[in-house]
Amino acid sequence: MTTPSTTSSRWRALTHHHLFWPVAVLVLLLLVNVPFTPDFFSVRMADGHLYGSLVSIVLFGSPLILVAVGMTLVIATGGIDLSVGAVVAITGALACSYISDRSDQGALSGVLLAMGLGLLAAVVCGLWNGFLVARMGIQPIIATLIIMVAGRGVAQLITDGQIITVNSEPYKLIGGGYWLTLPFSIFVVAAVVAVTVALTRRTALGLLVEAVGGNAEASRLVGIRSRRIKIMVYAFCALCAGIAGLMISSNTSAADGNNAGLWIELDAILAVVIGGTSLLGGRFSVGGTVVGALVIQTLTTTIYTIGVPTQTNLVFKAAVVIVVCLLQSPKFRAKVFGARFGAGSGARGSGKQAAAPADPAAASEAAPKMEVS
Amino acid sequence: MSATTQSPTASGSRTPSTAGRLLGDRRLPVAVTALLFLVMYGVGLSRYQNYGFGEPQVFLNLFIDNGYLLVAAVGVTFVILSGGIDLSVGSMIGFTTMFTAWLVERQGLPIVVVIPMALAVGAFGGFLMGYVIHNFEIQPFIVTLAGLFLFRGLCLVISKESISIGDASVSSMAQAQVSLGMGFLSIGAIVSLVVLAVAFYVLHYTRFGRRVYAIGGNEQSAMLMGLPQGGTKIAVYTVSGFCSALAGLLFTLYIQSGDPLHATGMELDAIAAVVIGGTLLTGGSGYVLGTLFGVLVLGLIKSIIQFEGTLSSWWTKIATGVLLCAFILVQRFMTTRKKT
Repeated sequence: MTTPSTTSSRWRALTHHHLFWPVAVLVLLLLVNVPFTPDFFSVRMADGHLYGSLVSIVLFGSPLILVAVGMTLVIATGGIDLSVGAVVAITGALACSYISDRSDQGALSGVLLAMGLGLLAAVVCGLWNGFLVARMGIQPIIATLIIMVAGRGVAQLITDGQIITVNSEPYKLIGGGYWLTLPFSIFVVAAVVAVTVALTRRTALGLLVEAVGGNAEASRLVGIRSRRIKIMVYAFCALCAGIAGLMISSNTSAADGNNAGLWIELDAILAVVIGGTSLLGGRFSVGGTVVGALVIQTLTTTIYTIGVPTQTNLVFKAAVVIVVCLLQSPKFRAKVFGARFGAGSGARGSGKQAAAPADPAAASEAAPKMEVS
Repeated sequence: MSATTQSPTASGSRTPSTAGRLLGDRRLPVAVTALLFLVMYGVGLSRYQNYGFGEPQVFLNLFIDNGYLLVAAVGVTFVILSGGIDLSVGSMIGFTTMFTAWLVERQGLPIVVVIPMALAVGAFGGFLMGYVIHNFEIQPFIVTLAGLFLFRGLCLVISKESISIGDASVSSMAQAQVSLGMGFLSIGAIVSLVVLAVAFYVLHYTRFGRRVYAIGGNEQSAMLMGLPQGGTKIAVYTVSGFCSALAGLLFTLYIQSGDPLHATGMELDAIAAVVIGGTLLTGGSGYVLGTLFGVLVLGLIKSIIQFEGTLSSWWTKIATGVLLCAFILVQRFMTTRKKT
């Protein structure tokens, strides 16, 4: 990343690890809680379920982790998916309206069918996004804006503008149930993260995704089917959003076309950025994203536990976003920390000219700001 | 950058060469949007003739009901032309309504003092975002997202409850009507049209306007040409912040209250209006007049759905999405043609 300069201390190597800043922020946030709630880290057993602040952070953060993991791959290809919130709403609405129409809402087959239906709708949304981005060559931010705007309307159309409530035991499991003493949603998240990591780091898929994000045209010329990869990541992102949608609607046993998953796309993008994935694409870190999502959820929990009025939640979030982004900005580090990171700023000065956008599609995000390090 | 922009009138000639030139014309998207507006208006006329759709006031109401959106969209047009994006618009509008209502109602300041304060806060917020975007090279998307959270959060810090404004001077301003012979416009509508005219002048007849286009077209070339890239970028976000605050003031007049949830998601409406108005989101190409037609089309959808009566409000969202999609595909088709 930076040119090897005189000082090569261990500290430097540590601070340059891509997970250093996200994990540091997470640990700091967790520690902030301790003076206010001394038993913050304790996990106790009650009714055969594990309870504790750490468990609930993961439980309430699981939809966000899912959406953010899908978003990571999209951002790694140099795209962005704004439609995930709407997809969350559509999936929940479809599944709940299907279940509520059954005479026996508890029947497992009906629930599975409803979930399948919801996920199918999600994947269709993803394929549509992928089609617009990869086939039609439209900037991702606009292509996905379409479903972001229209999708909530569609979700309200499905629920007829009502909040549909369901009363189904099997459906309740995915978002609010327990299995092996742990919330079931943790297992779902773990499975999705494990599959994603295995597919991207144990096979060449991750490399291909990064290649497409680095330079779509160049990757096509070396024989990567970049269009197919792009369509795939959008479909995968929508699938993750769909699972998150099932989780959210199952947790509340209700589908709300208007408010389900509201602003989750922004939180997810934030999680990805906090996790150290550049919005320019070409590099990604699923682990960083999971940490990033946990940071956001911990922040919310912290605000509740330390007794800050809840209405300042958003101001805190804004402050954290700014601080994390500034810490990640090479130019800011160069200015503030001066000599220690001076070499980094020198490297990026020369990198700037080299990073001129070759084709307009690569410059989809406004203007390129950071070098693809 | 051509500085001449006439009101878009499609020429009647049909020869292939003319057609080809027309398709390559940068003004075509604006013309298409204007045409769409006329067609929609015509359809509305024929369907709801008996319900008074043809009244001139129905047309003028488009400006009265969407004045704040027009002002916000004009600000967003500057940002998008420069190749950036501003997501903080809706929050800034919400914040301005809260800020104004709080100062007028709780602190008892006269509205004449509050207006410049609100505008200054908006412009300063925009300036800060522009400063961070330029100096620390963080993507506009993320910085303005932080702005979105910050201003929405500040709304809630001021008050969790909505504050209604009972101040006499505010309500007299809100109810003032400017007669045009066949109908009337509100002060908000007049202000929005003035903003539009000023933006038109600035974008097409000043150095600053040309820099905005140049940076949006190709930042690298603009920099190599020696244009003051940083100053222009910061100025663009300042303009957007100012416009958002002004839109917030108009919204306050329109609705006469401050609420922490006012204008949630309005940045999407503003961006949609700009895109429907034919401005390319990559920057560098588009007209502020197109934004006017984009806002009018969105407003007309709302009016038609009101006149239809049986359609639910969510059809507005679906219709907006479908229109967005159509326009994006048209834009795409045009830009590929231009290259070949």
